[in-house]
Amino acid sequence: MSVGPLQLCLLFSSALFCVGLIGALSRSNTILVLLGIELMLNAANLNFIAFWRFGPNPAAATGVIFVLFSIAVAAAEAAVGLALVIAIYRHQKNVRLQEASQLKG
Amino acid sequence: MSLPGQLSVLFPLASGLGASSPLAAVLPASDSALERLPLTLRGLLTGWLPASWQWLANSLIAIVVLIVAFASLFALLTLAERKILGRVQNRPGPNRAPLPFLNLRTYGLAQPVADGVKMLTKEDIVPDGADRVLHFLAPIALLAFSILTLAVIPYGRLLVALDLDASVLFFFAAGAATELAVFMAGWASRNKYSLLAAMRALAQLISYELPLLLSVVPVVLMAGSLSTSVIVERQGEWWLGFLPRWYVFTPWGLAGFLVFFVASLAESNRSPFDLPEAESELIAGHLTEYSGFKYALFFMAEYFGMCALCGMAVTLFLGGWQAPLPFLSFIPSYLWFAGKLLALLGVFMWIRASFPRLRIDQLTRLAWKFLVPLALINLGTTAFWSLTADWAGLLQPLRWLIAAGLIAGPFLLLGRNLSKGLGPRTYRYAA
Amino acid sequence: MTTVLLCLALFTVAAAAVAMAMRNLIHSALLLVASWAGIAAFYLWAGAEFVAFAQLLVYVGAISMVVLFAVLLTRHSRLDFDREPETRGRVRLALFTGGAVCGVLVAAVLGTAPSSVPAAVPSLTVRQLGLALMGPHAASLLAVGVVLTVALLGGVVLAASARHSDPEDAP
Repeated sequence: MSVGPLQLCLLFSSALFCVGLIGALSRSNTILVLLGIELMLNAANLNFIAFWRFGPNPAAATGVIFVLFSIAVAAAEAAVGLALVIAIYRHQKNVRLQEASQLKG
Repeated sequence: MSLPGQLSVLFPLASGLGASSPLAAVLPASDSALERLPLTLRGLLTGWLPASWQWLANSLIAIVVLIVAFASLFALLTLAERKILGRVQNRPGPNRAPLPFLNLRTYGLAQPVADGVKMLTKEDIVPDGADRVLHFLAPIALLAFSILTLAVIPYGRLLVALDLDASVLFFFAAGAATELAVFMAGWASRNKYSLLAAMRALAQLISYELPLLLSVVPVVLMAGSLSTSVIVERQGEWWLGFLPRWYVFTPWGLAGFLVFFVASLAESNRSPFDLPEAESELIAGHLTEYSGFKYALFFMAEYFGMCALCGMAVTLFLGGWQAPLPFLSFIPSYLWFAGKLLALLGVFMWIRASFPRLRIDQLTRLAWKFLVPLALINLGTTAFWSLTADWAGLLQPLRWLIAAGLIAGPFLLLGRNLSKGLGPRTYRYAA
Repeated sequence: MTTVLLCLALFTVAAAAVAMAMRNLIHSALLLVASWAGIAAFYLWAGAEFVAFAQLLVYVGAISMVVLFAVLLTRHSRLDFDREPETRGRVRLALFTGGAVCGVLVAAVLGTAPSSVPAAVPSLTVRQLGLALMGPHAASLLAVGVVLTVALLGGVVLAASARHSDPEDAP
């Protein structure tokens, strides 16, 4: 079985995705959970670039443009997410995710 | 395939490294031998190598020349800065360091050597409990990113170390990464004053990054390219046959240049924005716990960053390596670039000698309430300028008037509001 | 060609994995920044120059700063790092889930036949990219701009609210 560069890229992004997933699921610190989600998003971006580079139609820049939009949305997500972290911290004096279980208080 | 050839396939953009710009292919025949002198010298050095190794050797030469040139410029700038400051303050400045073994004083020209020896032989202290790895990495990261920013500036018609399609973006991406090094320095020192100072420095850097980037957008809009060499090419025409069409000589270009200049003063921690390491007020800000050669590396990175920002200002607004008058273009382009760069650096020092330091609230207010709106309005003005490109005859002065009004009106309004309602500051715990 | 890719992948994944396992949040964040820089290097390798610089500018320049500020603005107690029994169970469960997902993905990737690879790196100039963004994708560009503006305002409102009710601010 031969492993081409496209497969290697996809394996790379799968590994990155799983690292992010494990991090997001196992850590209780809100900031680290957010970073794990960012990592998963990055892994998805990686796939877009890999398919654009090795896909059948690289002249269409769809993959690149999708990644550009995705980076912009990731920036927005990080800004709002970390603002939420700070709001949670103001409220309950820690950033443990298990304790953020109330809608009011 | 040999190793370097393989490398050039791997990193497609690396093939541009060290080579002259692609414009070299369509060179005017009038290129003098003086203009081609750097290339000729490089050819003498690497011409005997096989073609596949040649670009690797050329890239290495470009990197070494860049670092050596700017390191010696750094040494001279420290001396020039102290001399100029001394001159402005009516004192001689450093004038006693003799040349080694000769005992010749030469107006303190050997001062950088003495400084270097002093810095190298000082004890390198790392605080107890500091994060040793990050403490060590911070100056290196800062220096590395500052050197990266130097790579994309066109130093002459044929001298671009790295001619990218998106080199302006590269410049600011590498420049933004220096913030990380400042944070690392402050946090790794395990000193709360260092950390607080690093936070202040970061707040300043982030605030001024915005006007810096926004003032570049009009240039990109008008040049229609993110490549520095193309931007310089576009400024190479003449009005009425002798007036240079540099971007600084248009209403939006002038405003953009001023915003860029003020923001780059703040980005490179220069007076009057040198709050992060205000020598006479703080100890040294985020550099408090650094000594010896690491401290020298920080200063080197600061001067490199200053040179890079000045070089970018020259490239974007002052016509890069273009001669100011048509009949002066027999002088090689890299000399024009060097002249403009040194002039701009001289203005940096002049400003340092003339202006008092800003307070932190004045600093942030200037960035957010004045420079950012002005840069945004400037962007709109540039759009107007671009839309009216075909106005001719009597409409031409009208275009200038409207554009100038679009800049000057908001400038006056914003400037008036900048210090409105601000009495003398009252201090709670001090008289 | 693949050696460079393998080195990049190893560096990026290792940095991310160590970052996710670290106790020191600052070290985690800095290692993650290194990992993001590795991803930017991958984009460069793939020939997507503009995206690589955008990734560097946004992730290494901006998001890293937001993360570091958030870490410093929230106080962390020993309690956050205590390995309680429930936490240990959750880590085990997370490792199992992650391993299962990884297995499925790897099996799927290795199970498909390799496609024919274009020999040359596709060239995509900034001009082409800009024309594509402003032409067929102009509506999405506008939408992203609106999203970014709203997110910025929302972030400011969220982080700045309840300031007056914070007892620690009283002199």
